Amino acid sequence: MNDMTPTREQREAKLEGMGCKRKRVEDIRFTQGKGNYVDDLKLPGMLHGDFVRSPHAHARVKSINGDEALKVPGVLAVITAETLKTVNLAWMPTLAGDVQMVLADGKVLFQNQEVAFVVATDRYAADDGINKVVVEYEPLPPLIDPFKAMDKDAPVLREDLAGKTTGAHGPRKHHNHIFEWTVGDKDLTDAAFRKADVTIKEMISYHRTHPSPLETCQCVCSFDKIKGELSIWGTFQAPHVIRTVVALIAKIPEHKIHVISPDIGGGFGNKVGAYPGYICAAVASIVTGKPVKWVEDRIENLTATSFARDYHMTTEIASTREGKVTGLRVHVLADHGAFDACADPSKWPAGFFNIVTGSYDFPTAHLSVDGIYTNKAPGGVAYRCSFRVTEAAYCIERGMDILAQKLGMDPAELRLKNFIKPEQFPYHSALGWEYDSGDYATAMRKMMESVDYAGLRKEQAEKRAAFKRGETREIMGLGVSFFTEIVGAGPSKNCDILGIAMFDSCEIRLHPTGAGIARVGTKSQGQGHETTWAQIIATEIGIPADDIMVEEGNTDTAPYGLGTYGSRSTPVAGAAIAMAARKIKAKAQMIAAYKLEVHEDDLEWDIDGFRVKGLPEKTMSMKDICWAAYNSVPPGMEPGLEAVSYYDPPNMTYPFGAYICVMNIDVDTGVYKIRRFYALDDCGTRINPMIIEGQVHGGLTEAFAIAMGQEIRYDDDGNVVTGSFMDFFMPTAVETPHWETDFTVTPSPHHPIGAKGVGESPNVGGVPAFSNAVNDAFSFLGSTHIQMPHDFWRNWKAAKNLGVFA
Amino acid sequence: MAKTHVTMKVNGAEVEGLVEPRTLLVHFIRENLGLTGTHIGCETTHCGACTVDIDGMSVKSCTMFAVQAQGSDITTIEGMANADGSLHALQEGFRMMHGLQCGFCTPGMIVRAQRLLKENPSPTEEEIRMGISGNICRCTGYQNIVRAIQYAAARINGVEFKEAAE
Repeated sequence: MNDMTPTREQREAKLEGMGCKRKRVEDIRFTQGKGNYVDDLKLPGMLHGDFVRSPHAHARVKSINGDEALKVPGVLAVITAETLKTVNLAWMPTLAGDVQMVLADGKVLFQNQEVAFVVATDRYAADDGINKVVVEYEPLPPLIDPFKAMDKDAPVLREDLAGKTTGAHGPRKHHNHIFEWTVGDKDLTDAAFRKADVTIKEMISYHRTHPSPLETCQCVCSFDKIKGELSIWGTFQAPHVIRTVVALIAKIPEHKIHVISPDIGGGFGNKVGAYPGYICAAVASIVTGKPVKWVEDRIENLTATSFARDYHMTTEIASTREGKVTGLRVHVLADHGAFDACADPSKWPAGFFNIVTGSYDFPTAHLSVDGIYTNKAPGGVAYRCSFRVTEAAYCIERGMDILAQKLGMDPAELRLKNFIKPEQFPYHSALGWEYDSGDYATAMRKMMESVDYAGLRKEQAEKRAAFKRGETREIMGLGVSFFTEIVGAGPSKNCDILGIAMFDSCEIRLHPTGAGIARVGTKSQGQGHETTWAQIIATEIGIPADDIMVEEGNTDTAPYGLGTYGSRSTPVAGAAIAMAARKIKAKAQMIAAYKLEVHEDDLEWDIDGFRVKGLPEKTMSMKDICWAAYNSVPPGMEPGLEAVSYYDPPNMTYPFGAYICVMNIDVDTGVYKIRRFYALDDCGTRINPMIIEGQVHGGLTEAFAIAMGQEIRYDDDGNVVTGSFMDFFMPTAVETPHWETDFTVTPSPHHPIGAKGVGESPNVGGVPAFSNAVNDAFSFLGSTHIQMPHDFWRNWKAAKNLGVFA
Repeated sequence: MAKTHVTMKVNGAEVEGLVEPRTLLVHFIRENLGLTGTHIGCETTHCGACTVDIDGMSVKSCTMFAVQAQGSDITTIEGMANADGSLHALQEGFRMMHGLQCGFCTPGMIVRAQRLLKENPSPTEEEIRMGISGNICRCTGYQNIVRAIQYAAARINGVEFKEAAE
């Protein structure tokens, strides 16, 4: 070897593979304003569509008159449900097995529901047209309070379901009932409660909120009448699913539909579903023969496309006197709004809410969920979490704190006492999941040591004593949260969307000079897939990440995948990428053996190529193998070096983490100060620590927003009172706390690279940490549970209710 | 609607166009000039995705009419690179410090940050946070944006970038 030969470390570093804080490929275009988002697209002759929306939450639509609108210069069409009926598209199927009006058909069921679609030469003319459409409404009594939905005399919302006693998920108990979902052993659980030394019961609400990515939902549809082909550029987290849905409902052959997700300005679950805007733009393009763009404004986004949460969880825990939990019983009243448009895997009407046993070894549990209709926007998306997992984590993490309070135990100690132990994995939970791996106590103890938990509790005790002596008006709370997520939907045995198994896919094609392209069935909305997917390939096959181009989002070129949401990309597509790479590596090994004139088994992998065992100087680099693949493959072997993998995961992955929030609250003003927030995440193998940290920061910030004020609130008449960024809490850099991050690594035993997924963990674990901090602060004054969100006014009100102003 | 002739300087070049009196500046920039780096996130002056620099001030172009910008000197994200074509220290800083994820707020954030650093070349963390509080980011939690701006400030000031201890 001469001095110019790179060292092993240099060869390793050159790859920028897994574990490397590789700088992002995407940033080069984004920092120069050269991203390619949907609204940037401008096609020749493109028209703009915009909606007439309902001012009422519940009303009969007596007439819609677009005559005056059609006289407005530039307005070309006014599309109503009657127009859509001619192509059988006035209603569309939802992902949850319900149907949803595309445009108001006879009545409206929520404020800002889509009533008519005005198509014009530009967005200003479309708006002028909207103002001239005359709609005659007859207001009906609105149903806003979910707890009144199943009253005998509650208004009938869904007249289209009259007489239907069974829905997509079984029997319906009432005209406003959607489904009841039960899991677990009721008798055993009831018995555990009868025998319990101690029980707690609390109605814990997780309020309605909204993912609200900075870029709203939008699309451009272009129908080519000559070819009979429909092209759709849209903000789609799952472009292939959109293509299939369009094929099914518009009856256009699937190969003649081209769905393209260009750069997406954040998704957080908002961009999983199919919305009336997409259907209307497609129909408008078919009708006019021109491309049609639809771009939601912010008010429309907050009020019409896909809220999140709105779960009201009656939570009961049974326990021994010593604090060993013996049973969990939860009933959820799930407010789904006007249509059940929940974006869950089809067989899961309440998502994976049955992860509600959390990180604890509950011998038995029982869960029932009642989904109901109200006069609110449809949706129920997973806002930066796996399906209904953040609701479940909030439920159990509040419940454990309430139990600790009743037992007079420290909340961290109670958790340590009940954790599933490392030797219990794979662990079968009482509600039916098989947890893959975990070392909870280690993570918890690391968190406690890192923040000096004992010291903080001591300070809190002193502060409480000082408060009682009247020396301070500030109270202090420690919010402990230990969450287990369930991500990576999912195994075909239990996960599908409209019948399509939730696998994911990767196709890798290596070029003769040792560079290549990887196409993946996922779609980044900021997660940095173009960067990290190449890192997996770099480590697996020894081609530098810089030499791998990653492409996603074009259904014509990418293999079929189920998209990016629910932290599924790394658990599912990440595995497909590794498996496709391994297929390439296996072929490469045969080529190398042929070229080196040895048996395949005599070769071993070494960073970026193969070497002959015992003869380290006899090597063939992957780059050279690429050339050979196009020039001199072994006899009988096909040339080329490419592979595709469709990965059906054997199980979900179960990331976990230990979080703590330290907060002070001024009781006289309700103003809080986040003193410290520490988040320890275990997501198994870490592909790019820089990106993981960024994901954790972002998820925590969204958790902070939700817990401390971000709410979609309706008044009694069904008006949305938080319909813009003026009223909907959107933290700026000033309010947002400083984040401390940490980690442990417990690889997933069944994932090819041991990775678990992380993007949503901080939202799942973060919300209970903030809420527990507020509740912990007030607990010594006699409160058990204060509902979220914990804004200044509500904190002040909580203090007032606890009598601190007496 | 009758159209008005407007002229202005954008990223150093004289531009002109015919606009309705109600045409928003952001639409003129994006649709007439084809400079799509400036984004629209809220239409209510809250999110700052549409921030451009007008005559030495950060302005949200979604709530200003194009006619109000008559004769002004505007810089958008497309005009941020240095004269020699190299990236501005902020563009580099955002990449180095992972100050962006989906990229949608980034142009407005960078345009705002360059004005902030002109007004205050060595801001404290608190001053940076206050200085970008008109710009919302949904992805990063701001911490790395703060570091990106600190990185750029150090580069511009010709000093070594030191990360603050946790």
